[in-house]
Amino acid sequence: MLPLLNCPSINTAAAVKISTDFLTKYILPLLGIFAVLLIWTAVAGGVREEKTASGFTKKIKTGLIQDLPGPYETWVKTKKYIVQPFAKREELDQGILRFTWYSLIVVAKGYSIALIIGTPIGFMLGLSKVFTRMFDPIIQILRPVSPLAWMPLGVVLFMGAGKHANDLGALFTIAVCSMWPTVLNTAVGVRAVPQDYLNVAKVLKLSKWKTLWKVLVPATLPYMFTGYRLSLGIAWLVIVAVEMLTGRIGIGNFLWNEYNNGLYTSIILSILTIGFVGWALDRLMSLLESRFKSI
Amino acid sequence: MSFIEIKDASKGFGSPGNRTEVLRDINLTVERGEFVVIVGYSGSGKSTLINLLSGLVKPDAGTASIEGQVITEPGPDRGLVFQNYSLLPWLTVTENIALAVDEVFKDWSKEKRADHVAKYIAMVKLTPAANKLPKELSGGMRQRVSVARTLAIEPKVLLMDEPLSALDALTRAQLQDEIADIWLKNKTTVIWITNDPDEAILVADRVIPLLPTSPATLGESISVNIPRPRDRKLINHEPEFKRLRAHLITTLLDSKGKNKVKSSRKLSLPDILPEDLNNLHNMEFINRRGPKRRTDNQREEVEVLA
Repeated sequence: MLPLLNCPSINTAAAVKISTDFLTKYILPLLGIFAVLLIWTAVAGGVREEKTASGFTKKIKTGLIQDLPGPYETWVKTKKYIVQPFAKREELDQGILRFTWYSLIVVAKGYSIALIIGTPIGFMLGLSKVFTRMFDPIIQILRPVSPLAWMPLGVVLFMGAGKHANDLGALFTIAVCSMWPTVLNTAVGVRAVPQDYLNVAKVLKLSKWKTLWKVLVPATLPYMFTGYRLSLGIAWLVIVAVEMLTGRIGIGNFLWNEYNNGLYTSIILSILTIGFVGWALDRLMSLLESRFKSI
Repeated sequence: MSFIEIKDASKGFGSPGNRTEVLRDINLTVERGEFVVIVGYSGSGKSTLINLLSGLVKPDAGTASIEGQVITEPGPDRGLVFQNYSLLPWLTVTENIALAVDEVFKDWSKEKRADHVAKYIAMVKLTPAANKLPKELSGGMRQRVSVARTLAIEPKVLLMDEPLSALDALTRAQLQDEIADIWLKNKTTVIWITNDPDEAILVADRVIPLLPTSPATLGESISVNIPRPRDRKLINHEPEFKRLRAHLITTLLDSKGKNKVKSSRKLSLPDILPEDLNNLHNMEFINRRGPKRRTDNQREEVEVLA
């Protein structure tokens, strides 16, 4: 009799559990988005038309922040960029994802350079005390420098490349700025390799090369990927600044142009797009990262 | 010339002023094919002792040698089984053992090395788990892999640093028997470190207590003349086993605290004085430029008995 009695209550408990899961997983985030939209609408400006005595209609700006477009206005005015995300109407009038794609290509190049240079530097920092003593101060000084400061130097460095100077300068800036998390995390990872693993290598008398590839690199991988993930985030931050400065076509450049054109809705669209892409990249990297962490 | 010899070896750690002597006047000889177990308390320097032989630790004074050669660095002629298994977690059982075999037997053909690896996996009865990662194995299975890895490089001596102390009692018993069996077949020289007197007498030809004097020294060795293979169920009733066990435990217990060198260190207290909470409300702290320092009054030193 008792088990029968218990059955329904277990089912209800399960049902309650599922619905709380559903609530925390989907409803709460939606509520959050809704709340932000609400506040946005409340503070956004609008235009009210008024007939003057002389019979003209006069447009009067209203709202708390008069020039800030509201959510609806943003949607209406930027729809053409979103519904045809890959369209190319003119050089400066393209779908939002097409602009994003241009930016992503540059980011991919600069980021690859950062990893290719940063990882070995990280290993050397982790392995050699001498190397750390020598270069750690320089790294600590260069690390906090803003991308805006690196950009002009980048262009100057590649002045000889003529019309490619801007592109190469952009790559340089992305690489230099996004390199540091990779360098530092790799170094920390190498230092954190358990002594036991190194003892195994010592007892077996593995060569330096084999110790590196068979023991150090696999043991450091989780840390390296944490660095890679942070680096990608920075690379994506830097591209916007770089495009604003150099004027090469991309999402950051689009944002800046539209600001100069007084089309503030596009600024909001750009910000949201940059945010979404950054989030997607981070998710992607953290998936990769967790794969290596599980080992 | 004995097969393995440690002569008047001492070892301490730490910088001058804050130094702990771990081992003093260690003398040990082990003959080829002997199964020697060293028993001691946790933290008494057992691992340091075996690492003098593995080459991971260099003695401050004295020498450790194998076949007359002074040991200066680790090498595959001395197979070390680690307490915490030390398997590489990203490699499967086969790959872990193959890493060792491929390195030590470089001149063998690929097939021969693979066969060799498979043979040792079979020896520790892990063939069904050959392609699993260490995290998929139980503690006992992991240690078997570690033993197989070490045996597979065919070392001249097997150094076991508390190989079973991370395992539960039942698994431990089973592995003791298995390792004793393997030893009966191979007759490799074994030096085994443990903190378990029963384990010591059960597997050893000769038991040496590491006396917890400070620094630690080796005690008189005790020969175990119980015929092999030893049955763990029957051995408990054997008078010889009981006698040896009582003798060993008494030796270890009696030396505890005896012959202990009293040492004292002077510790300087932190320079900053604690706040005086009685004066919390008198706003005195506003006029103060920093925390009160002990040096302003006088430097205190406290003696602590080690």
